[in-house]
Amino acid sequence: MTPRFVRIKRTVRETPDVVTLDLESPDPSSIFTPGQFNMLYLFGAGEVAISFSGDPDRPDTLTHTIRAVGSITRPLDALKRGAMIGVRGPYGRGWPTDEARRAETVLLIGGGIGLAPLRPVIYSLVRNRGAARRVIVLCGARTSDDLLFTREFASWSRQGGFEVHWIIDRGELAWQGRVGVITDLLASVRFEASGALAMICGPEVMMRIVSGDLVSRGVDAAKIHISMERNMRCAIGTCGHCQFGPAFVCKDGPVFPLPQIAPMLGIREL
Amino acid sequence: METLERLLREHPFLESMEERHLEFMTGCARNVRFASGDFVFKAGESAAAAYMVREGRVALETHLPDRGTMLVATIEQGEMFGWAWLYPPYRWRFDARAVLPVRAIALDGPCLRAKCEADHDLGYELLKRFLREIDRHLERSQLQLLDMYRVNL
Repeated sequence: MTPRFVRIKRTVRETPDVVTLDLESPDPSSIFTPGQFNMLYLFGAGEVAISFSGDPDRPDTLTHTIRAVGSITRPLDALKRGAMIGVRGPYGRGWPTDEARRAETVLLIGGGIGLAPLRPVIYSLVRNRGAARRVIVLCGARTSDDLLFTREFASWSRQGGFEVHWIIDRGELAWQGRVGVITDLLASVRFEASGALAMICGPEVMMRIVSGDLVSRGVDAAKIHISMERNMRCAIGTCGHCQFGPAFVCKDGPVFPLPQIAPMLGIREL
Repeated sequence: METLERLLREHPFLESMEERHLEFMTGCARNVRFASGDFVFKAGESAAAAYMVREGRVALETHLPDRGTMLVATIEQGEMFGWAWLYPPYRWRFDARAVLPVRAIALDGPCLRAKCEADHDLGYELLKRFLREIDRHLERSQLQLLDMYRVNL
């Protein structure tokens, strides 16, 4: 439970309100599973759960992509190279990357900052996609300025079997890409539902609608995994802040198979 | 005509349409092309056709005095747009501009209206298909209105 203090090796400005921090790993022998998270601690501000967004095969660096939206993430967003922050983790249940390697088609669907927790899966599948014939990455964002990791889209697309598609909610005159919502993007992609496995991360309403569309197209609900976000404090399932029905998101998730979480997604009180 | 009928049959908007309806509609159809930057139509103009996109990308857009031109949706290969010709006052409400070179089939609106009046089976079948498109656009607009990516993840 005690954070270890590490130095920021590098900062990458992704969008006006999103930054990626590369941190020195306090324990390079420690590995994380894509989809897991660390608790990042900033003196005078507090602690916040942030998913890994870097390469799981580079344990010397802990990479986290942070959107500046709250009292802790805003000062984190402003940190410079060389600053020290506290880290504890990794925590939680991650994405089923090994299962993805056995699927015929892998769909990675990220909305907004939700692409960040999926990036380690992409790196992992770029390195070894096993039996997967296709890896389809679908990205949605509010505007072109809000699209994450666009510098990497071309290199991902060059990998055999990889496709990257993106769409934004609203465009300006110079934009030549797609405008609409991520369900439009999903609808335009043809794939064989019976051999598909999907991982979805984004706003809850997006995950609910996208998972519903996938089920309608015949994808087995058990092959759909979503990453939930709740207010995680202790990260070990004792404080109860992230309780979601019978589950603790920090310990039982944040990644859940859809059948486990679907009954609760429609309950407003949760 | 045979080629045009085949193109109609192959477009997802008319998927599984009965042959007799397709034959009847072919008389209202023509191939059209737009270069990148060309306007398919502009807001306020008379709405006289529906467009089934075969290739390229069309942006539906509007101009806001304080924000400039805003793209509200793009239409892709296999999709269709334009139904203001179905009901008075038959005026477009948005601009449609080719973002990429576009090949499409234009279905003449007054011609289709006349055929739908003459054959209510065709009219009902077409309206069901347009309703599906309108519903899709409505759902898209609702999701855009939610501005869901502003949600604090």
